[in-house]
Amino acid sequence: MSAFAESVRTAVDLIVHADAVLFHTVALSLHVSGTACLVAAGFGLAFGAWLSVARFPGHRVLVWGLNTLLALPSVVVGLIVYLLLSRSGPLGSWGILFTPTAMVIAQTILVLPVIAALTRQLVGDSLRDGGDQLRSMGARPMACALLMLVHDRWAVLTILIAAFGRAVAEVGAVMIVGGNIDGVTRVMTTSIALETSKGDLPLAMALGIVLLAVVGVVNLFLGLAQRGHGSALAGVR
Amino acid sequence: MIRMSDVSVRFGDVQALKGVSIAVGRGEFVALVGPNGSGKTTLLRAMHGMLRLSGRRELAPEAAKQAMVFQRPFVMRLSVRNNLRLALWLGGVPRAQWNERIAAALARVSLQGLEERPARALSGGQQQRLAIARAWAIRPALLFLDEPTASLDPAAKKDVEALLAGFAADGMTLVMSTHNLGQAKRLASRVVYLEDGAIHADLPTAQFFGGGAGGRAQQFLKGEMA
Repeated sequence: MSAFAESVRTAVDLIVHADAVLFHTVALSLHVSGTACLVAAGFGLAFGAWLSVARFPGHRVLVWGLNTLLALPSVVVGLIVYLLLSRSGPLGSWGILFTPTAMVIAQTILVLPVIAALTRQLVGDSLRDGGDQLRSMGARPMACALLMLVHDRWAVLTILIAAFGRAVAEVGAVMIVGGNIDGVTRVMTTSIALETSKGDLPLAMALGIVLLAVVGVVNLFLGLAQRGHGSALAGVR
Repeated sequence: MIRMSDVSVRFGDVQALKGVSIAVGRGEFVALVGPNGSGKTTLLRAMHGMLRLSGRRELAPEAAKQAMVFQRPFVMRLSVRNNLRLALWLGGVPRAQWNERIAAALARVSLQGLEERPARALSGGQQQRLAIARAWAIRPALLFLDEPTASLDPAAKKDVEALLAGFAADGMTLVMSTHNLGQAKRLASRVVYLEDGAIHADLPTAQFFGGGAGGRAQQFLKGEMA
């Protein structure tokens, strides 16, 4: 049997036999990445919307910086958060290094620029289309930007899906600040990295397939919600 | 109702309005006509307070309640009812009056029964009528219209013209830019001709179209009528 076929069989076995360790790992992955995306969405959507309407000296530099952070390496984020949370670091007294909380912080920092930069672009484009008309009705600039988030809520959802994908698929940050502790901070990507380093490539690949399947199911539900909205529109045309 | 005195507007190197002065009285229906780039839309936006300008812009107290309808209506991806709620909320209308105002506005533009329909699913003409309903719902004393029928088919154009004629008959003050001289002739009580950011003629409609325009306005009329 080829390595790939064996990987698929192992993945199916893990799911069908409801492997407890696997389910815990998947649940922790979803919890960490989902929480990070929710926190980052709270700040990123507001910050991106504000950047689309704010005008001040240095605005272009800030936008340039934000866009540059789209390529922020996850290991660099992990390293920075590690240095902040380590016992000798400025936030060492919190005592949260090698906990899921530290992993949430790292992933929040990782996806915040993604959400903010894409939101700024999205809201800016929509404001060019209808910003004047909202202002004409009496909306102030920030209100216009926030209303555009409502107007473009399905595109906002797509941004959040992209951010979730970036968070759940990264390994560098969670490995450094989580430590890959079995049953405590081990998530799907760190499990894959561990099994790969141990040489159990079929199991590593199987975990990768499970990860993709889990994210696929999450996206399927979100996609169905979007499609439902589209059908509702099409039905009344 | 509104008086603009020696108003100039500049966009970078472009002088869009050059010392324009115009006053619009209560109940007037003023049509702004002129070639592309003449400054019609800029003047409308300046009158509506949407642009930084040099010069003076004076409003009668009741003109503080004003609205604008644009050539391409922007309706939110919400239901028809929620689009109207948004306009009422932004217009500072007390919540207790919303239902009554929404019903009246939809009846006025003949969109009754479509309250729950997604606004983006409406036809172009219906979206423009919704935009007009949104403006009318706040009971503006002064309504600005930027080529409100330019992107509509003849039937929708006729519907919108009938609405505007009704508003004028109710005593609302209207200022409309248009490329359609026939529309200006049918609807307006006064026609203002702009070219290169300046007013070249400002006459009662009958006089404007009856040969009294003179100069550049007359040349424009001949070109348009040919």
